[in-house]
Amino acid sequence: MKKIKMSKHLKDNLTTFSIVTVAFIIVEILKATGHISSLMKGLLVPVCIYIICAIALNLCVGILGELSLGHAGFMCIGAFSGAFFSKCTQDVITFAPLRFTLAIIIGALFAALFGFLIGIPVLRLKGDYLAIVTLAFGEIIKNVINVLYVGKDTDGFRLSLKDTVSLHLSGEGKIIINGAQGITGTPNDSSFEVGFVLILITLIIVLNLINSRDGRAIMSIRDNTIAAESIGINITGYKLMAFTISAGLAGIAGVLYAHNLNSLMAQPKNFGYNMSITILLFVVLGGIGNIRGSVIAAVVLTLLPELLRGLADYRMLIYAIVLIVLMIFNWSPKILELRKKYSIKGLIGAKKAGEVK
Amino acid sequence: MKKLLSAVLATALIVSMLSGCAGASADTAATQSNASDTSAVSSDSSDQASTGAATFKIGGIGPITGGAAVYGLAVMNAAQIAIDEINAAGGINGYQVEYNFQDDELDNEKSVNAYNTLKDWGMQILMGTVTSGCCVAVASETAKDNMFQITPSGSAVDCIANPNVFQVCFTDPNQGIAAADYIADNGVASKVAVIYDSSDVYSSGIYAKFAEEATAKGLEIVSAEAFTADNKTDFSVQLQKAQENGAELVFLPIYYTEASLILSQADKMGYATKFFGCDGLDGILGVENFDASLAEGVMLLTPFAADATDDATKAFVAEYNKRFGENPNQFAADAYDAVYTIKAILEAGNVDPSMSVSDICEKCKSGMTSVSIDGLTGLGMTWSADGAVNKAPKAMEIKGGEYKLIQ
Amino acid sequence: MSFISYLINGISLGSVYAIIALGYTMVYGIAKMLNFAHGDIIMVGSYVIFCLMSGTGMSPLVSVILSIVCCTALGITVEAIAYRPLRGAASPLAVLITAIGVSYFLQNTALLIFGANTKQFTSVIKMEPIQLFSGQVTVTGETLVTIVCCLIIMIVLLTFINKTKAGQAMLAVSEDQGAAKLMGINVNGTISLTFAIGSGLAAIAGMLLCSSYPSLTPYTGSMPGIKAFVAAVFGGIGSIPGAFVGGIILGIIEIMSKAYISSQLSDAIVFMVLIIVLLVKPTGLMGKKIQEKV
Repeated sequence: MKKIKMSKHLKDNLTTFSIVTVAFIIVEILKATGHISSLMKGLLVPVCIYIICAIALNLCVGILGELSLGHAGFMCIGAFSGAFFSKCTQDVITFAPLRFTLAIIIGALFAALFGFLIGIPVLRLKGDYLAIVTLAFGEIIKNVINVLYVGKDTDGFRLSLKDTVSLHLSGEGKIIINGAQGITGTPNDSSFEVGFVLILITLIIVLNLINSRDGRAIMSIRDNTIAAESIGINITGYKLMAFTISAGLAGIAGVLYAHNLNSLMAQPKNFGYNMSITILLFVVLGGIGNIRGSVIAAVVLTLLPELLRGLADYRMLIYAIVLIVLMIFNWSPKILELRKKYSIKGLIGAKKAGEVK
Repeated sequence: MKKLLSAVLATALIVSMLSGCAGASADTAATQSNASDTSAVSSDSSDQASTGAATFKIGGIGPITGGAAVYGLAVMNAAQIAIDEINAAGGINGYQVEYNFQDDELDNEKSVNAYNTLKDWGMQILMGTVTSGCCVAVASETAKDNMFQITPSGSAVDCIANPNVFQVCFTDPNQGIAAADYIADNGVASKVAVIYDSSDVYSSGIYAKFAEEATAKGLEIVSAEAFTADNKTDFSVQLQKAQENGAELVFLPIYYTEASLILSQADKMGYATKFFGCDGLDGILGVENFDASLAEGVMLLTPFAADATDDATKAFVAEYNKRFGENPNQFAADAYDAVYTIKAILEAGNVDPSMSVSDICEKCKSGMTSVSIDGLTGLGMTWSADGAVNKAPKAMEIKGGEYKLIQ
Repeated sequence: MSFISYLINGISLGSVYAIIALGYTMVYGIAKMLNFAHGDIIMVGSYVIFCLMSGTGMSPLVSVILSIVCCTALGITVEAIAYRPLRGAASPLAVLITAIGVSYFLQNTALLIFGANTKQFTSVIKMEPIQLFSGQVTVTGETLVTIVCCLIIMIVLLTFINKTKAGQAMLAVSEDQGAAKLMGINVNGTISLTFAIGSGLAAIAGMLLCSSYPSLTPYTGSMPGIKAFVAAVFGGIGSIPGAFVGGIILGIIEIMSKAYISSQLSDAIVFMVLIIVLLVKPTGLMGKKIQEKV
């Protein structure tokens, strides 16, 4: 019995990996044969970024069962620390893959560190209170980065929270983080291939965690905290572990983001609570706790507004309507019942399901 | 129960997968049909254009939804007017012009997506983007493709870091310096307070240079208070600090939406002082239902005023009013000038649409440095090779509900 | 003296947050959902008043009443179409996301109808500011009216909930929807009523928000909405007096941090205080302590 169950997990995971890999190969073939539009080519890296984010958040929301509205903040930390590193070492480390790998590691570590520090106090809270506190942290991060000025001159780094003038840079000095103007001129190291590898790494980390002893402990906290505690599971420890990993993965997505565009700024649009909500949208629409669903939802919902461009002014309106309709279609208990009744699978399996029940 | 749940999840998954596949297969078709779709939406001139063999394809990018939509819409509309005029007058070098404007929602990433969409459409010249942040991101893409880009209102210095990008508006540092010089040289005030948006590239860019230049010119900055995009309804503290520190003038390097709030709050707290702004303040009188008496005596440095009396401005304002039911602001004027600048350099270089994007860019680049344009935002505008424009800002004062030129 | 002035500014800003937070907390307390679209209903209400007053020249009172009617109808419709189908969904997040969808929908509809240009809202309140300490401190009419409105609404709401049958039904629904149904309470009707009241309050909030801060765009409601949400959590979400207290305190903290610490970092400071309060009192200042069931 146990063996069968294990292989079921394995099969499930293999399906997820193969879907991602097949999609990657198809896109690569399309790219090689030139059958892909510039828009799609430009969207490949963002899609990877949002897939990683969605997986990271799903670990927090679906597996740990804690709603976080601050993942854009972790992305922001990853993005800025990664870009800062790349910008500083651009002349020292000229071998791009090495520099980028280091940047990713640094971004992930910084985001994870913040996730850990924030997690210690925050994870004591529950439900909506936890959500609002994570949202608050996300906004704090964005606000602080917007007034952060970092310059570099012969004496080393100089830092100010006021303006560029108070950096007192000497003549040769160079401003690296310029407040609201952020970091410009980050090397464009991100590519679809790197994104694909990072997605695979993320998937391996998360799926292995879920199917491990630790993962089961984490899920038991989600399902019944008191019961989990009573059998001796270290609640705080496991919560922190999942939250930190989730933050670190979001940081990876941030580094990818920072190295995709030439200018990196912490705007409400890209690192504000709106982004956290967008990522949450991927998770909820793809199925809470369903990693494969998150991946698919992230792809669909990133492409959707771009595909609606032909609608000009009505684009975002249609997007909003599609969103509402999809949510009702996927989550409404009544519609789910109807769908079950009239779906092919439902018609065949109706008897069986009835028996089991 | 678990089985039921998994069945539900499975069906949900299948449905979302199906929709995913549909999306993926439809996308190439969608992007191809995009061109006809959007041009149909954005211009009626494209109908007549598409009957001709070859056309110039000019793209535009800016926010037309979201909080900054007002700027993107102004640029989109004004450029449309310019292009329709050009087409009606026989086009550029005898070729009609097609125009396609894409939304970027004030997001760098979306802006690059918009650029790629336009590339698929076959854009040859980019008139955009409207905002600085997006412009920097898109400029690195146009540099890779060597596509000629002229931004009507992306004012940060980083926008024109690449040789293929030119600006119609002033750069932020220039505005800060010009404002400080004007205040100091004309003895408008010696104690100055600043209220700026620290989360905005434009505003913090001007402030940084203004502060430097003001100190050099002997002006005393008695208070420099910021606000952020998330915190722009209440300005009582910023105003009170200015008042307490005895500022003779409040410098507002911000956009008029916030400035109108600042003026009405200053009025309510009974604080009468001089206000001085940059080109972002232009348009304040165009706010629907605005009590113009609040803005009495406000000074601003701007290249454009909607109630200037020259024929070009009058015609443009009338046309804009007729088509869009409001007065154009400085963004609109910059966009209008940008389109005519493109026309001038294409004609000077004798460019025809069959040339490659890169060749057009080279022709345009050399054309830009030798051209001189009499536009809405300045007479005899010229460009240096670094992409910045040379034109004189006009100092305006609002008197009796109208912009009046000082001097 | 400047301290008193800052304090009054803080209360003034806080009273606007408070009135928005009342609507938030009302809906959350009974329907147990975060209505992210609340801020956008405020925006719709403001546009209705603006159009009626400056478009047709109607008197302020009539426009406000019509705006309340419109918002109430909008609230009931939104609830019926977008939220009701998701009642009893497997995750409470489903309805949260739908609320965000509704928020986008309202913003973009307003953008298409009214355009992106800022509209200057004419203050509905015609009251001379009061000068204190020989003119050193000014209290505007808007502030006084907002605070009085807040207090009246709070008292009316509390009386309504505690003394009327419909109010008791709301309490019952908020405690346990299933049990309430068994007791013969019309759960759907009660929740509709909650949304009707919440949205009606949004119209009043819109009027007061735009009278104090008179610039109107399709995005006017979203940021104050988030701030008010924070205020509601601060005071203990679901608690009506908590929303009032939370709003006022939030306003004061925001102004004081701008005045005495840093105007650039005031957002961060406000959120920091929120976090600290929640860590000390995990259900907000006046929130009910939730007993964990074993």
